[in-house]
Amino acid sequence: MKRTNGEKAFNVFNIIFLGLLALTTLYPLIYTLSISLSTTAEAAKGGFHFYPKDVTFIAYKMVFKNPDLPIAYLNTIFRTVVGTVGALLITCFYAYALARPETPHKKFFTTVLIITMLFSGGKIPMYITYKNYGLLDNIWIYVLPHLIGAYNVVVARSFFLSIPGSLHESAKIDGAGEFSIFFKIIMPLSKPITMTLALFVAVFHWNSWYDSLMYIQSNSKIVVQLLLQRIIQENNVELITQGIINPEQTEFTSETVKSATVIVAVLPILVMYPFVQKYFTKGMMLGAVKG
Amino acid sequence: MQSKNNQLKKKSIFSGYIKHWQLLMMLIPGLIILILFHYVPMTGIFISFVDYKFQKGIFGSEWVGMSNFVDLFSFLDFGKVIMNTLSISVYKLLFGLPAPIILALLLNELRAQKYKKLVQTCTYLPHFFSWVVLAGIFKMVFSNTGPVNELLMLLGKDNYVEFFSNGTSFRILLIATYVWQSVGWGAIVYLAALSGVDESLYEAAYIDGANRWQQTIHISIPTIIPTIITVFILNLGHVLNAGFDQIYNMYNPMVYEVADVIDTFTLRALNQMDYGVGTAADLFKSIIGLALVLITNKITDKLSDGSLGIM
Repeated sequence: MKRTNGEKAFNVFNIIFLGLLALTTLYPLIYTLSISLSTTAEAAKGGFHFYPKDVTFIAYKMVFKNPDLPIAYLNTIFRTVVGTVGALLITCFYAYALARPETPHKKFFTTVLIITMLFSGGKIPMYITYKNYGLLDNIWIYVLPHLIGAYNVVVARSFFLSIPGSLHESAKIDGAGEFSIFFKIIMPLSKPITMTLALFVAVFHWNSWYDSLMYIQSNSKIVVQLLLQRIIQENNVELITQGIINPEQTEFTSETVKSATVIVAVLPILVMYPFVQKYFTKGMMLGAVKG
Repeated sequence: MQSKNNQLKKKSIFSGYIKHWQLLMMLIPGLIILILFHYVPMTGIFISFVDYKFQKGIFGSEWVGMSNFVDLFSFLDFGKVIMNTLSISVYKLLFGLPAPIILALLLNELRAQKYKKLVQTCTYLPHFFSWVVLAGIFKMVFSNTGPVNELLMLLGKDNYVEFFSNGTSFRILLIATYVWQSVGWGAIVYLAALSGVDESLYEAAYIDGANRWQQTIHISIPTIIPTIITVFILNLGHVLNAGFDQIYNMYNPMVYEVADVIDTFTLRALNQMDYGVGTAADLFKSIIGLALVLITNKITDKLSDGSLGIM
């Protein structure tokens, strides 16, 4: 196709504009990383901080001195691993049953699921319910409520529906039960969708903080995001009393410590991101086209 | 005869379950979670009609009818809270809905696939960061001595902008960071729809003399209209949410005046043990949200003879 001058000009504009947009997206992260590796003097100087001038790890040393951090990290890993594996199993079970034509009262089971997408009791009824269940200040509160998600069931179900029914039939003739068909035939064929759902759920768990704020009292049971929130929101005085900042040593500011904590909290996502991002988009498309 | 018929009917209802007991077993764990963690809390909306005392329980507490709602709406603050919620949401919708569409259309015009992929991968990265992390980053980047103010000074502004204490600036910050965080991720659905367009349509249009702008107007945009409507309906359901996650992490008492929304209001009600009023506020929010989704869905369904809409 031939291109007019106007179209050529647009192309150039488009390439530059989108490049700037990508840079704008990355810049805040680059800035934070740069500050976290800077000395106090450098961090306080202002400027754009595209890269740290004198690299120092003192802020990271302070972050790792915080006694709550390893425990918070373990709690986050617990909820991410157990929450993801559990949610994947229960969500796929439900989706598979809804995808089988012979399941009785499918419409009822679908409605029961969809209603939870549209309506919820609200914060206070939930708090009271969890209190009644004895789940306050209990780390299982992180996992149990999220074992099934309506949106994920819908996405998984539409994938299962695209698997040819003849596979199911021939397995049935060979005498296989639903559970062995599910684990031996359906799940291996559904790897693209299960990977995507697992990643969605894992990111959700990694980033959650609200339940930790609302339902947990003990410091030994909080998650990384909540610890980070406290460090960001607390002022220096409180940080000093907690021993995160030592007023005797002045080579670092809370800015550098906060930046380092942010980096520590997002590091797993940043490390995983290049390898898994294709699954995210794939799943988003599956959900969007058929959901 | 009648009873025999009933018996037959009953048998046929449950015979399905016996025959397909394994499928039923697969539904049970999910059902238990749905009942325990979604439906049981829903019964808690009765709290908005009683004078709730924890010792007496939801159904033992004294019935007060609509008085919690009367209290809620007679709070001077609640009118302001609703206005804040609505205006933040409407602005987010106004800028947040077109932004991903424009990004998708621009990305779609890129010929270099590798570059397209790179830009895309960068723009949806923020979607995977929690608002705790993002708020931590923004508090530094938008601080009085931070790089954004530095840039504004370079561009000729004489005074720095107090993003976190000036009401108007804070609102702009909320909207802008929301769009920044959601634009890349939002574009994915539109790109998926655009990738489904038959390439021969563009070729035919080119032969007929349509330039790229005309091709965009007459081919690309009509392709994504159903997606735009679906996204719009889904967003409308969240109009009264206004983004609790973002606001809670970014606001401070200096900007309560412009940034206090229904969800932050309820959270404070819970902290003050004002259970009835807090639940009433949440219920009000849920019902309006549900009504908006159902009404919009019905309207688009009618207008498009059932080809659009989400249900």
